[in-house]
Amino acid sequence: MRGLTLHRVQGHGGETERVETYRGTTVKMELSEKVRLEIGVSDHFVEPTVRAILSAAQTGAVGDGKIFVLPVEKVYRIRTAEEDQAAVTPVG
Amino acid sequence: MNPADIAWMLAATALVLLMTPALGFFYGGLVRSKNALNTMMMSVSALGVVGISWALAGYSIAFAPGNAFSGNLSRAFLSGVGLEAQGSIPHVLFFSYQGTFTIITAALISGAIVERMRFAPYVAFLFAWSIFVYAPVAHWVWGGGWLSRLGALDFAGGTVVHVNAAAAALVAAAVLKPRKDFARQAILPHNVPFTLLGAGLLWFGWFGFNAGSALGANNSAALAFTNTMFAPVATLSVWTMLDLVRSRRVTAVCGATAIVVGLVAVTPAAGFVSPMSAILLGAAAALPSYYALLWRARTSLDDSLDVVAAHGVGGTVGALLTGILAQKSWNGVSDGLLFGNPRQLAIQAAAVGAVALYSAGTTWGILKLVAAVVPLRASAREEGLGLDVTQHGEEAYTQGEGAILVLPDTPGPPVPMSEPVLAPGGGAS
Repeated sequence: MRGLTLHRVQGHGGETERVETYRGTTVKMELSEKVRLEIGVSDHFVEPTVRAILSAAQTGAVGDGKIFVLPVEKVYRIRTAEEDQAAVTPVG
Repeated sequence: MNPADIAWMLAATALVLLMTPALGFFYGGLVRSKNALNTMMMSVSALGVVGISWALAGYSIAFAPGNAFSGNLSRAFLSGVGLEAQGSIPHVLFFSYQGTFTIITAALISGAIVERMRFAPYVAFLFAWSIFVYAPVAHWVWGGGWLSRLGALDFAGGTVVHVNAAAAALVAAAVLKPRKDFARQAILPHNVPFTLLGAGLLWFGWFGFNAGSALGANNSAALAFTNTMFAPVATLSVWTMLDLVRSRRVTAVCGATAIVVGLVAVTPAAGFVSPMSAILLGAAAALPSYYALLWRARTSLDDSLDVVAAHGVGGTVGALLTGILAQKSWNGVSDGLLFGNPRQLAIQAAAVGAVALYSAGTTWGILKLVAAVVPLRASAREEGLGLDVTQHGEEAYTQGEGAILVLPDTPGPPVPMSEPVLAPGGGAS
């Protein structure tokens, strides 16, 4: 697996809120910084990819996040106009 | 007293005070965004705690009469520090001016221990360090102590400020141990423009630091001012060439570092050498610090923001070159090696060595004492989350989304007793 897209996002996953104070104004931060990864892989790469994320992102605390595995209807690689399996296969 | 001297020293004091928040920007830009406030607060808090320690005891230990190693406590709590003349300026102004030096010196140490030290022990360390390390060393060199009797030349603090802080930084980095991500992950500066802003403000403030050390509006101040301008100019030029030759690119972080190294190196020499010597000194100072920085990054010493390479190496080179390039025709005090007085170089080396040893040893003792009461290090989890949130409960760059206002506890209307209170299980009691 060679390609991925990363978004810095804010989210809430049931973890305890942080309490912060700005010059007498106390706030509860309901949203924490998270990253969202989008990874397109061919079928037999799904399992290793999921396992890689599980082993790297797991702290054991509430709020570690979720992995959603979704089917993809159609993929095109823009550079070459390749489709589907070929579009997500890295070129040597 | 002389009104011109007073006017210049008032301005110089304000200039030096500005250097501490400027250092906050310099350091703050170099750390990761989750530690930006903590790093800047390490400088800002010195304005408070070290300023107080200076007024309570530090000034007296540094500048009251005493023995060769320490002043007595006759000026503690500012007793006898009034409007009478101290040189050609009021005593209170001399006290304030010197106070700004102890604040910036203590703050310099923080560069070695960023992103991992808990804040309360840091503040306690600063308080003790400014009294037990800075004040005696200032007495040795400027307060009539043994190094001043020996004839050590330190115009504005190459040894008292920079070698002193760097020796403490070296020990502090070793005692605190490396950050958990050190040499495992790329730790990148989060805001290089902040670092350039800090370097610019430091240079501006340094005119007060060096030219103010003449303690008057006079020729010595003019010489120190000129040298403070042109030594870093040379350092920056040589550094640029070194960067170009080594990597074909001139980086902004190195530009900011070069300015600081040049300023550090010229600090002990400012009022003692000719402007052309200062340019030479600035150019020569670039090399050792440049290679010390490159070398340090490959060692296991997590002197995170390179206090040792910039201030220790730069300060030592500056102090030694002062012993070589000093010219009596410019300073009216003493010649260096190049002008027929090789003894001066030996005295300079002895001063650097003595201050570095005393500072390193005492710093180690203070840190161990503080560590006996409270842990110095943040936990691995706190380090991961960042010290801004865990130490200060603030973030440098908040989004504001999802923040819920917690209203202060106001006594609400009493709950009517007649209403049934639901137990957590859902059943009515």
